[in-house]
Amino acid sequence: MVPFNILVAVCLVYVGLLFLVAFLVERRAHARALPWLRSPQIYTLSLSIFCTAWTFYGAVGYAVRSGWEFMTIYLGPTLVFVGWWWVLRKLVRIGKTQRVTSIADLISSRYGKSNMLGVIVTVISVVAATPYIALQLQSVTLSFAVFASSAADGGPVPDKAATALWVAVGLALFTVLFGTRNLDSNERHLGVVTAIAVEAVVKLVALVAVGVFVVWGLAGGPADMMAKINASALSSWDLQPGRWAGLIFLSAAAVLCLPRMFQVMVVENVDERHLATASWAFPLYLFLMCLFVLPIAVAGLDLLPPGTNPDLFVLTLPLAQGQDGLAMLAFLGGFSSATSMVIVASIALATMVSNHIVMPLWLSLRPAQAVSGDVRRIVLLSRRLAIGGIVALGYAYFHLSGGSAALAAIGLISFVGAAQILPAMLGGIFWRGATRMGAVCGLLTGAGIWVYSLYLPSFGPDGVISARLIAGGPWGIGWLRPQALFGVEGMDPLIHAMFWSLVLNATAFFTGSILTFPGPVERVQGAAFVNVFDGEVPAGGWVRGAATAEDLLILSQRILGGDGALAFFEAEARMQGKAGPLPDPTPGFVGALERRLSGSVGAATAHAMIAQTVGGAAVSVEDLMAVANETAQIMEYSAKLEAQSEELTRTARQLQQVNEKLTRLSVQKDSFLSQISHELRTPMTSIRAFSEILMEGDMPPAMARRHATIIHDEAIRLTRLLDDLLNLSVLENAGVQLTLGLVSLQDMIDRALVAAAQTRPERSFTVHRDPASEALYVTTDADRLTQVFINLISNARKYCAAPEPELRIAVRQRGGRVMVDVIDNGRGIPEDSQALIFEKFARLTDETRAGGAGLGLAICREVMTALGGSIAYLPGQGGTAFRVTFPLRLQEVA
Amino acid sequence: MGNHVLVIEDEPNIVEAIRFILMRDGWDVSTLSDGDRAEDTIRSCRPDVVILDVMLPGRSGLEILAALRADAATRSLPVLMLTAKGQGRDRAEAERIGASRFMSKPFSNTEILASVRALAGV
Amino acid sequence: MKRPGLPLFLQRRPYRRRRKIDAARLLPVFGAFLLLLPMLWAPAGDEGRGTVSDGLYLFLVWAGLIAVARLLAPSLTADGHPDPDGGDG
Repeated sequence: MVPFNILVAVCLVYVGLLFLVAFLVERRAHARALPWLRSPQIYTLSLSIFCTAWTFYGAVGYAVRSGWEFMTIYLGPTLVFVGWWWVLRKLVRIGKTQRVTSIADLISSRYGKSNMLGVIVTVISVVAATPYIALQLQSVTLSFAVFASSAADGGPVPDKAATALWVAVGLALFTVLFGTRNLDSNERHLGVVTAIAVEAVVKLVALVAVGVFVVWGLAGGPADMMAKINASALSSWDLQPGRWAGLIFLSAAAVLCLPRMFQVMVVENVDERHLATASWAFPLYLFLMCLFVLPIAVAGLDLLPPGTNPDLFVLTLPLAQGQDGLAMLAFLGGFSSATSMVIVASIALATMVSNHIVMPLWLSLRPAQAVSGDVRRIVLLSRRLAIGGIVALGYAYFHLSGGSAALAAIGLISFVGAAQILPAMLGGIFWRGATRMGAVCGLLTGAGIWVYSLYLPSFGPDGVISARLIAGGPWGIGWLRPQALFGVEGMDPLIHAMFWSLVLNATAFFTGSILTFPGPVERVQGAAFVNVFDGEVPAGGWVRGAATAEDLLILSQRILGGDGALAFFEAEARMQGKAGPLPDPTPGFVGALERRLSGSVGAATAHAMIAQTVGGAAVSVEDLMAVANETAQIMEYSAKLEAQSEELTRTARQLQQVNEKLTRLSVQKDSFLSQISHELRTPMTSIRAFSEILMEGDMPPAMARRHATIIHDEAIRLTRLLDDLLNLSVLENAGVQLTLGLVSLQDMIDRALVAAAQTRPERSFTVHRDPASEALYVTTDADRLTQVFINLISNARKYCAAPEPELRIAVRQRGGRVMVDVIDNGRGIPEDSQALIFEKFARLTDETRAGGAGLGLAICREVMTALGGSIAYLPGQGGTAFRVTFPLRLQEVA
Repeated sequence: MGNHVLVIEDEPNIVEAIRFILMRDGWDVSTLSDGDRAEDTIRSCRPDVVILDVMLPGRSGLEILAALRADAATRSLPVLMLTAKGQGRDRAEAERIGASRFMSKPFSNTEILASVRALAGV
Repeated sequence: MKRPGLPLFLQRRPYRRRRKIDAARLLPVFGAFLLLLPMLWAPAGDEGRGTVSDGLYLFLVWAGLIAVARLLAPSLTADGHPDPDGGDG
């Protein structure tokens, strides 16, 4: 057996060790960051403060009383952590972006930085945590007592109260030393967290060691253990569905809302990604903590004398078996569980008390100090005092309550108290409509019912409220009985209190929120909290921050008046093409708003106000607006870029087409020049040859006449060619003079056919016409239009290679336009040439089909343009086909 | 040496001029106005000199010349090429393929007569 | 709310990541169902519920949840979520 003084020495050495760890870590962290100290493992282990002495000792006692029900306390957090993507991730992100220092700070910040809410949450938390801290003191005291009583000659057995006092003083000292060494802006305590992690390992090792001893030392392995369980009083258990579901929910709520959990989970988090590891590692830790609880309970019932406190089986079982070393380990495990909880809880609560109660009070008492003076020193002092005060409260509770109640009950009461923060918290991070008034109503309602129906009755009959009141209700009003509210009887008191407090809390929160209107800061904060993930750059690109225009509207309303501001905003929205009163907060809009405000308050003031709202100002609540503004700019920029890129693609395609056309035209120009050369030289050759012959004289007159005729014809041919060229040039330069008149289309086609027959007169064409459709009178320049027809028909005569050539002329009228199709039964024009034939140098590559200079179609196109019409190649007609379109009534342009 | 000249040319007036000039000088002149029948005609009537226009309906003059030069029977046949395009590129191409002489239109009557005489080795 | 700028269709990797997020979201719901399931089991006879069998079931479900969470966790943090203000991590 271990003498009491040695036990004390062991404790002191252990605490000294933790002290050393914390000290070294703080110093090393100060000098150079230690990577492994910021590892996800440390983070996960620090979360284990969820497992307090209540778990370490109390779980076994709970299992003895209620079977597997103890497990609900750990299943709730398991669900929360494996579902970290829902809530925890958001909480941690908000905690980082808003630099949240505690859960009270979170609630206060979300609801417009309301200090009233900070105070409410702080008070609820302190009230809920005090019995819990007392519980830790009690467990340490009890475990001391167990060791002392088992050590028969171990010196004077100290008074329980004295032990608790010394433990409390020691813990307070330790916490003050490391919890308030520095005043970090981010409220992180690396040394403490590392010490907590060490304690987490000790707890787990101790509990598992006892469990292994029980399963493999006392029983013969898992199978034998199961047989032993089946043979014991715990072979069957009673699952109360209400408690089972209720407690899983309650513990899930508690892991989110307990101030100490919020501290390690959100405030002390150094890297969001650690959460992913904790999502499975923390449930695994809980799993291991629970694994051996029932075996230890069964073994304790089996081997220890009846009447032994099951809450201390973890300790008394090894002691009774003479395993002093194991017992010492178990003792240290319990000691670790208790101390780590007290340390973190008091740090978290002290931060809340000092930030939301002491500091505002102090600043209101001495407003001058708010502007100058060393606030820092005051904050540290108030934290230290608060830590002392909270531990003192716990001690006082322990002292007054006498440490009688079962451990489990106190833990659950504390849970229900903390859970009152849940509606305001979840509502705050998921619902933009949640308002401060709603949160106040919900918190006060929930906390009131919790105190009335659970907290006060927990002091026992006639403890704080009388047994008569519990049985009959206040002033004899039956439906106000604390444990049977609204006449609901027969419910488990805990579930009853949890049910009513949370239901009415949530109802009040919701009702209050929808009935009240949030202030501007509240709304900005609401948006910043709910849309915390939208402010960053997600993988898919930028998204527009919400409601910035609304916040600007609120700002403008204060200056322009409600109607004026709204009218301005609506006008801007219409200009942006948006329905509804709110325009997108584009840079252009913000600029316009600033100018508008300048008209009322002057440029400097307006600029300052807009800058404060949109840009980075001293108040962190404006961060969101800056982000939204930037987002809008980038959106606009990217949209512009996209449009530009599309336009570039289009331009590039056009350029490519133009380039191809130019290249082909260049080739054509070369061939046109040689074609022109050919066309000029050919008649010139005949003229020169025959004129040389004539120059020699001495020739019969008939022959001379013949030769002169050839010279004459060729000279005319040359003239015609030059005429064509000139004609085209005039047409192209738009210097054409039209002679408009009313003419019969049929006459024009007749004339064209006759004129074109001179081209290759040896060929005979079958011409298909529809006289009825040609019976049209057209206002146009008859000579020029006829020239177009002549060119087309001549072309057909020249180029149609069919053995029995046919020509079809089809006329149609559509509205005010006439279409004349000239179609032969030749080979048609290949598709790649169709785009070129109307160019003036065009002449299809089949140069052997000589006869024209390739100007005909170019002239046709120019003529048709001058006549307000067009000419186009008509593909797919089984031959070469052209469509000439022109207006029925051409108006003369002045 | 014979005195048979074949004129392959599609412009009727030019053909008439050349025929007049050559016949007056005592040459025996045959004419042809399209390229497709040129080779057959050359083989059948075996002229001593061929006057060949570059631009012809059907096969072009250059194609006909290439075919003539590829055939052993006509490899050394004197061929006078005529072109109206007046571009150096045609001349270079004709000489590469093996034209005996090359003349641009319009030509002088004495020039063409002298060329035919020279080609015929008279 | 409409979110312009978010692509309608994703490439293979981001798509897989989205589905893993879906799984991570569904996991606690699924877990809650399995953990609440024993409430529906009527105890055999009137001698109460078997501690060993219930315990085995609960621990099995628990271990399963841990395992699935373990499988999902790395790919949810590995990439695809650049954190511009994660400089202090």
